[in-house]
Amino acid sequence: MFKKILSLLLILFPINAFALIEVDITRGNLNPLPLAVSPLSIDENSRKDFEKILEKENIGSEISNIVEINLRTSGLFNPLDKKAFLQAPDIANLKPRFEDWNLIKAQALITGKVNYIDGKLRVEFRLWDVLAAKEMMALAFTTVPTNWRRVGHIISDKVYERLTGEKGYFDTRIIYVSEEGPKTQRIKKLAIMDQDGENNTFLTLGNELVLTPRFNPTSQMVTYLSYFKNMPRVYLLDIETGTQEVVGDFPGMTFAPRFSPDGKKIIMSFAKDGKSDIYTMNLENRIVEKITNHPSIDTSPSYSPDGKYITFNSDRSGYQQIYVMKNDGSDVKRISFGNGLYGTPVWSPRGDLIAFTKLHKGKFYIGVMRTDGSGERLLTENYYQEAPSWSPNGRVLIFYRETKTNAKGEGFSAKLWSIDLTGYNERQIKTPTDASDPSWSSLLSN
Amino acid sequence: MRLSKILKNTLLVLTACLVLSACATKKEIETTDIKGQMQGDVYTGTDTVEYLADGVPDRVFFATNESILTTASRETLRAQAAWLRKNPSINVVLEGHADERGTREYNLALGERRANAAKDYLMTYGVSSDRITVLSYGKERPVDSGSNPLAWSKNRRSVTVKAN
Repeated sequence: MFKKILSLLLILFPINAFALIEVDITRGNLNPLPLAVSPLSIDENSRKDFEKILEKENIGSEISNIVEINLRTSGLFNPLDKKAFLQAPDIANLKPRFEDWNLIKAQALITGKVNYIDGKLRVEFRLWDVLAAKEMMALAFTTVPTNWRRVGHIISDKVYERLTGEKGYFDTRIIYVSEEGPKTQRIKKLAIMDQDGENNTFLTLGNELVLTPRFNPTSQMVTYLSYFKNMPRVYLLDIETGTQEVVGDFPGMTFAPRFSPDGKKIIMSFAKDGKSDIYTMNLENRIVEKITNHPSIDTSPSYSPDGKYITFNSDRSGYQQIYVMKNDGSDVKRISFGNGLYGTPVWSPRGDLIAFTKLHKGKFYIGVMRTDGSGERLLTENYYQEAPSWSPNGRVLIFYRETKTNAKGEGFSAKLWSIDLTGYNERQIKTPTDASDPSWSSLLSN
Repeated sequence: MRLSKILKNTLLVLTACLVLSACATKKEIETTDIKGQMQGDVYTGTDTVEYLADGVPDRVFFATNESILTTASRETLRAQAAWLRKNPSINVVLEGHADERGTREYNLALGERRANAAKDYLMTYGVSSDRITVLSYGKERPVDSGSNPLAWSKNRRSVTVKAN
């Protein structure tokens, strides 16, 4: 059901590629770029057709709202108030009066048009450089009407990419664990939603404890831990078909699963006789390999994006610290040497950084360090938070945080949060229930 | 390797003491609450304890990040072993748990390590390994939902549960 294919028709390429507007995303952006997202224009007949199908009064405005919210949430853009717009959406899409948009200080302008054609939703949009009075990009998409939210996300990705020079992360989903009930008998279900919290769906019923779902970077597969029949085991779940299977045949608990970057292997821990080692299983030929062999706890493995290295945490030094090794288990090097305990290392999709959870003096931190352990930077501090997961472009981290619900330190609430790599732009992601263990998908389309 | 293990453990205990004394100076109220129910940071009370049989407590407690059995824990496990030897038809599940102050995956491994420490001791006292299953819950099933040192000490446990 998630694989509704989006056909992409290129109507115009930018004729000249003068990148006059540039957004620097490597620094904390205190001056987000002011831009105008004009509502997508829609003719009256199309408007009525979509109102019937989608029960949305004006699908053009709805799609532009998605674009506006995505761009604002990124922290890099400042979408201006629509009330200040002087030009009507239909005319702006044909030929913007740049002086009008300049007047309200918009540096970029997004316009577009929605049509109902043969039961399909057709959306075209244009990105304009207001100061240079030039079109920067024009694209059109045709898809089934129910895909309208994805169109908004794809437009957001295209704009983000054109203005920052890097891929976006809006046409993505988050898989996480939904939590309900008292802490001593917490009910946990797998849930999936769009990156902006919409289209939330539960994937399991809550009959058994489930933990740590992670996306396959190349497909709609998920690996996670389930206590099905009171046996904690790593499972594979195909989100499209709903089929599940146990990974491997281990005489004990398997946990902490992740996919390799090519999606062909699962790396995980297997606990036996009080020690936990790291194993891989090849999903094509089912061959199991033991990667670490140490009397300590070795867990939370994560591959580098080229698949050549693995980062993991181990208490072989006496305490939980972060290590890096070659993918065959050789050449193990400890990389975390700061004060405190370090866990849950996750290699950035860009390859240059490892995100982690740090516990020091009763506080939990989400931080990043280079892959040799240098340049440690703590992004956020709180009473309890852990398990960062990278956006596919490696610019944003999502994690979960537990807070007390009153000042006495009673009560308990778990929510998903995101923060930019810069340490700015911390935001809570709305979920219908309490939530933990988020994992960010790859871009669904490119 | 054994020496390094001993050294490591000594170091852990030392650090645990340091951590505790740091807490004590910071928050006086919490330490008075705990008085009499904890030794080091190992729970010594009976609040949550259930009994497999008369005089056979079902659980043992651990220090933070530790899986070493205390003198009291060994006594409890010897009582369990004696009871299990007398009741050869009963099998048990050892459920290992951690407190909430750790990352989820590490705590799963830690729960497994704690339950195995209990299993090894039961085996030393004559309980066959095929009667014992180990099951770690990590920090997923606390017995006390509080967020304070006393609650955490109750949650760092291995519980022996009848399997049949």
